[in-house]
Amino acid sequence: MRRAFHAPRSIRRRLTLQLVTGAALIALVLFVIVFNFARQIGSESQDRILAASAASILDETSVISGRIAIDIPYSAFSMLDNASDDRVFYRITRDGAGLTGYDDLPAAAQAGAAPGFDTVRFRGEDLRVATLSRRLSIGGTPVQIAVTVGQTRDALADVLSRILRVTVILGIGFFAASAMLAVLAGQSTANSLRRLAGSVSRRGPQDLRPVVAEVPSEMRPLVASLNSLIARLSTALTRTEDFIAEAAHRVRTPLATVRAHAENTLRRVDKEENRVALREMIRAIDESSRAAGQLLDHAMVSIRADQLDLSPVALNALVGELVDRLRPVADLKDMDLRYRGDGPLEILGDPILIQNAVRNLLDNAIKYAPADTPIRVTLTHQGRSAVLTIQDEGIGFPESGAAHLTGRFARGENAAGVIGSGLGLTIADEVARAHHGKLTVANTQGGPGACVRLSFPLR
Amino acid sequence: MRTLILSLALTLLALPLRAYEVEEHVRFPSERAGPELRVISTADVDLFTPFILGFQARNPGISVDYYMVSSSEIEIALTEDGAQFDLAISSAMDQQLRLANDGLVQSYRSTATASLPTWARWRDRVFAFTQEPAAIVLSRADFEGLPLPRTRQDLITALREHPERFQGRIGTYDVRESGLGYLFATQDGRSSETFWRLTQVIGGLGPRLYCCSSDMIEDTASGRIAVAYNVLGSYAQAREDLHDRIHVIAPEDFTTVLMRTVVIPVAAEQPAAAGLFIDHLIENVWFEDSGRFAFPGITSDSLTENASLRPIQLGPGLLVYLDRLKRQQFMEEWEAAMVQPG
Amino acid sequence: MRFLLVEDNRQLASAILDRLAIDGHVVDHAEDLATAEEYTSTTDYDLILLDIMLPDGDGRSFLNAERARGKNTPVIVLTARSEVSDRVGALDMGADDYIAKPFDFSELEARCRAVLRRRTGTATNTIRFGQVALDALAGTLSNGSKVIELRNRELRLLEVFFGAPGQIIPKSKLVDRLFSYDEDVSENAIEVYVGRVRRHLEGSDVSIVTVRGLGYRLAVP
Repeated sequence: MRRAFHAPRSIRRRLTLQLVTGAALIALVLFVIVFNFARQIGSESQDRILAASAASILDETSVISGRIAIDIPYSAFSMLDNASDDRVFYRITRDGAGLTGYDDLPAAAQAGAAPGFDTVRFRGEDLRVATLSRRLSIGGTPVQIAVTVGQTRDALADVLSRILRVTVILGIGFFAASAMLAVLAGQSTANSLRRLAGSVSRRGPQDLRPVVAEVPSEMRPLVASLNSLIARLSTALTRTEDFIAEAAHRVRTPLATVRAHAENTLRRVDKEENRVALREMIRAIDESSRAAGQLLDHAMVSIRADQLDLSPVALNALVGELVDRLRPVADLKDMDLRYRGDGPLEILGDPILIQNAVRNLLDNAIKYAPADTPIRVTLTHQGRSAVLTIQDEGIGFPESGAAHLTGRFARGENAAGVIGSGLGLTIADEVARAHHGKLTVANTQGGPGACVRLSFPLR
Repeated sequence: MRTLILSLALTLLALPLRAYEVEEHVRFPSERAGPELRVISTADVDLFTPFILGFQARNPGISVDYYMVSSSEIEIALTEDGAQFDLAISSAMDQQLRLANDGLVQSYRSTATASLPTWARWRDRVFAFTQEPAAIVLSRADFEGLPLPRTRQDLITALREHPERFQGRIGTYDVRESGLGYLFATQDGRSSETFWRLTQVIGGLGPRLYCCSSDMIEDTASGRIAVAYNVLGSYAQAREDLHDRIHVIAPEDFTTVLMRTVVIPVAAEQPAAAGLFIDHLIENVWFEDSGRFAFPGITSDSLTENASLRPIQLGPGLLVYLDRLKRQQFMEEWEAAMVQPG
Repeated sequence: MRFLLVEDNRQLASAILDRLAIDGHVVDHAEDLATAEEYTSTTDYDLILLDIMLPDGDGRSFLNAERARGKNTPVIVLTARSEVSDRVGALDMGADDYIAKPFDFSELEARCRAVLRRRTGTATNTIRFGQVALDALAGTLSNGSKVIELRNRELRLLEVFFGAPGQIIPKSKLVDRLFSYDEDVSENAIEVYVGRVRRHLEGSDVSIVTVRGLGYRLAVP
């Protein structure tokens, strides 16, 4: 069954919603209270005037020479005049029998020396009536004189509708102000979260120090657990890097031992079948050590590319140094490794990663191109990019297309005779992508050999 | 005036079925067939005819049946007789207000009524369309050589000093007969004690009592009486032909100002046409300043400027003097003062 | 030449010692840094082969200390770790070159030669027969008055012949010395290089003689 209500996912929205709902409720309660209070006051003030009117009539009622004399003062009714021109009715009774006024006007119950009030239906309209009575004596006989004054309630309704308007505006105003405050409160809460998030995301990928941002006390547990997570992450990363280094060491040292012994033995034995076997052995060692090396390199590249630590890299110097370092290896195949670089091209990047990428590309060129051929390395400034081009005169890439070669463990189908794990281009490609650069591989136009281009955006 | 056939029919209480008395009945037929507006009014036909003709010019097709009655008769017609009228026009504000208060008139709203000041309408049922002062009319011949009285006190002094000249020659409303007279008298009595002194003086001089302002004006002009007290100033102003024989005085101590009002009875059969007539009255009298009813100089502004003008408030206070007991007491006092033996 | 090998793995060390001895070098072996420091304080070496991970410390700190003491004996670092992380550190510490294990002796030889050439200059180690002198370090052959710049394989071929004058050297051994193990070459490929070297020796009293069915021999006066 689906839940009918989903809590909003944003804290800011949830907080704002709760505060706004609260404000709406308070506004409603405020409205009801104020309106009822106003109605009560309005009603009371009408009652007071009606009572005063009845009292003023009763004041002018007297017994003159054995007769009841009632001299209704002009003010008795004129005081009832109001903006809504409410209708006025009255009745004066003597012991319940009508003396004057509207004979069918009902009196309020509980009338006595204190005024009684009632709301009655009279001639099709709601009427508020006040009744006041007084005992007079005619020749020793007591008589009860009761004065009832009634008035329609239009003025009250008018006042109430005005108060209603004002109260509605008040309620809406209160609600709007509270809603605004609620939004601000939500925002300020969200802001402290955002500040924390900012202080975490602003830091560099290598920065695994604990967070010390100033946060409200409610968020301290979050920061504490964040810091504990950072600490564990830091430990895990260090452990991973140590593991990779250790793994490399553990794999490579025995391989180196075996290879060295094999090579030495090859120098000593003369029997051709033994020599062939030793050569095969060395080839196998080379293949596995290269594969292991590249796998470990790739793991390291992946970790570093995920949390790229950018610093300015002088590309020209970096490539020059690498070419110099690989020249002895190229020399072994009498290959001419030529380098020409344009000025000081500086990019933002991880020098270790870039170095690794370039070395893998140069390794490939030396490995796959035949002896006695040149390898041309050029670094040029093209538009907003620095472009490194490595051209050889070797077998080139297969006709089936070069694009897939950057995939993991992909090798050219025409490279079967050469030791390689197929990870070189993958590493270079990953490094290029991590730096928003690009790796393209193609065959040299109009000639034999491969042309690999690695471009990085300039600073 | 176009080829409008104006039929004047003088009806002298010919129909015995009526409980109320009709003084004059005039039909203003329309050229085309259409609704007939039955109007019961206290206003003199002569004074009111231009309004009716103007109304018919604007609203052709509505014929008007005009019944002129005294103010007390309107209440009788509408309450006791249950007669059917579309409009009731009266100078007796108190009676009109009571009709509205007792729920005997309809409400009506229009642009014209909304433009009235709030003191000139009550519950969208009673609409005032004039302001008319209660004036003192004097015979020029009888005040030859005497200073013209400006206040009630002046008048009392003049009457006391020359009783021979004024004996039997003072006219005022018979408040027992005339609703308007009762209204003027009760408002005077409410406003000042001078009224009762004046009434005593007038009563001592053997006054003539009238039903209507127009009769008092004509008798003053003819010399039959020398002073007419509490006369509709508007009527006196309207009789320009008599101005060389009468003075029209607005007393400076206070001048009661009355508003002529119009209501649509609940029994009206043509409330829409009645509404149009009310709009016409309001627009003509209030805003086009035709001045036919307005006393010269009395406008909304002059009411606030001239402190001696006391407009009668259109409000529940008017109900007080309509109270049976109150009226009875007032009448007793009035009769005691006014109808003195010998 | 006198080498110091600092390597804790005995098997690997013995193989390297064996190989360097075949080539006629004198080699001292230290299994840890303490021993190495003892050796360097008493003997001047032409070249030090230094492993990085040693039981009593990091080879780089030894290198650092050596350089701090003002000793600038050329050093080639042997590393078994990922080149990505080790390389920069080694060169920054003042090593002349480094080589990753496992290595081809030919490459080690070439790197040693390159380092020595850079550090000690020429004419220190020549082999002379009659009118001909071979300077392996400089890679030159003097034939009478002319000095010939040798290509790498020509040099290595002459080194083999000059190292065993008068002996018959079978083609297969020459192939092993000249070509890497991942190159599929026929023994006939060696004839191209022998032909080139013969041209350099023309006009002198030294020649390379073909011994049919067995190989070649360097004939010296």
